[in-house]
Amino acid sequence: MISILRSMWLTFLHVFHKTETVEYPEVKPYLAPRYRGRIVLTRDAEKNERCVACYLCAAACPVDCISLQATEDKEGRRYPEFFRINFSRCIFCGFCEEACPTYAIQLIPDFEMAEYDRQNMVYEKEHLLISGEGKYHGYNFYKNAGVDMGVKRKGEGDNEEKPVDIRELLP
Amino acid sequence: MKYIFIIAGVLLIALSIAAGLIWVERRLLSVWQDRLGPNRVGPFGLGQVVADTIKLFFKEDWVPPFSDKPVFILAPGILMITILLTFAVVPFGPNFYVFDSNIGVLFFLGNSSLGVYSIVLGGWASNNKYSLIGAMRASAQMLTYEVFMGLSLMGVVMMADSFSFCKIVEAQKGGWFFIPQFIGFIVFFIAGIAETHRLPFDIPEAEGELIAGYHSEYSGMKFGMFFVGEYLGITLISALISTLFFGGWLGPSFLPPVFWFLFKTFFFICVFILLRASLPRPRYDQLMELGWKILLPLSLLNLLITGAILIFLK
Repeated sequence: MISILRSMWLTFLHVFHKTETVEYPEVKPYLAPRYRGRIVLTRDAEKNERCVACYLCAAACPVDCISLQATEDKEGRRYPEFFRINFSRCIFCGFCEEACPTYAIQLIPDFEMAEYDRQNMVYEKEHLLISGEGKYHGYNFYKNAGVDMGVKRKGEGDNEEKPVDIRELLP
Repeated sequence: MKYIFIIAGVLLIALSIAAGLIWVERRLLSVWQDRLGPNRVGPFGLGQVVADTIKLFFKEDWVPPFSDKPVFILAPGILMITILLTFAVVPFGPNFYVFDSNIGVLFFLGNSSLGVYSIVLGGWASNNKYSLIGAMRASAQMLTYEVFMGLSLMGVVMMADSFSFCKIVEAQKGGWFFIPQFIGFIVFFIAGIAETHRLPFDIPEAEGELIAGYHSEYSGMKFGMFFVGEYLGITLISALISTLFFGGWLGPSFLPPVFWFLFKTFFFICVFILLRASLPRPRYDQLMELGWKILLPLSLLNLLITGAILIFLK
């Protein structure tokens, strides 16, 4: 009997407690800069697409929501002909971001993607591409890669040594 | 003509309180659970009541093909009718009642006994195991609690020397009955919770065990009638607690008597909701044990002692 009255009194005291509810659309929650939300495709500092259409993101995706088609431009540089993410499937796991060798695909702190039409959840490349560099400023894949794609010549990259002349006898 | 106005007024008050309680309960529960509750539809979420009602009206009114159709349709109506009938004898104010019966208390007890039929028939007609178990529990629980609900009121009746609610209120001018009849008040309160099968005694519904008990199969406005019937029951029990033990419409004269009655009633409605917010549901056998082994002897003892003292004072 006493314990019943006591628990009723303790419940009543909650009148004076602060509510836990966050009134969401009016009050936005804080999202950490590394929050994994909507997926974007970034560009490098020269405003070229970072994506080299290697298909690693599509392979890593556990729900198979990424589909793309690789193609090459006149210089032989690979880029995706189309790049399509079905966000009604995406689980925001970030595996694609981890898999990406060029930091092209990145997850940003935005999750407000509600649509009335399910088809609008499918984002094409023009919806995914942003003009900025995302989280990794100044990074350009072709400055680190071995191949010459007009960004730097062979052997002149950031962490690259001069090519070895295999016919040279001197050490 | 005057009667029609009073009947309309009583119906309006009872039904609007019962409908408004949907909102009141949800908001109060949220306050006690550190939430906000419904606050989107209209000012303070008051439009939630209207929205819920419209939703209930437009839902498919489905009668299961395996059910006993006439009984299935009749059952929710019985609950509403019995409870609304009881409101006829509740005095809202000195001259604000539908009729002052000289057997008011018996009328209330009889009607609340008839209310059991609604639940038993609803559960039986649903032709569903969970509903039947719920109805069985409800009938056992309500019969048990009916016994000493009546007995707990006899102390009040003896002190007021009348079964009429108006006379009982007038007899409390010298002092409210909850002081001399404290045990009666406690017993009646507990029996009232069990009678309206509200939490913590919502064993017939027990959504954790029986889905929704006797009204598992009900949808649309038939469910709505059970739903509103439950809130009407709370309002009725609260109104009767304030009438029988807390002086009804008696109170300081700077406010009209109806206000005092409604204020007390609303206070007890809030206590009902607080009970729901704070207490867990007991087991079925614990409920029966509490009823037969503790509350029944207690109310009998109360009856004996009150009678003895009244005879001694005479």
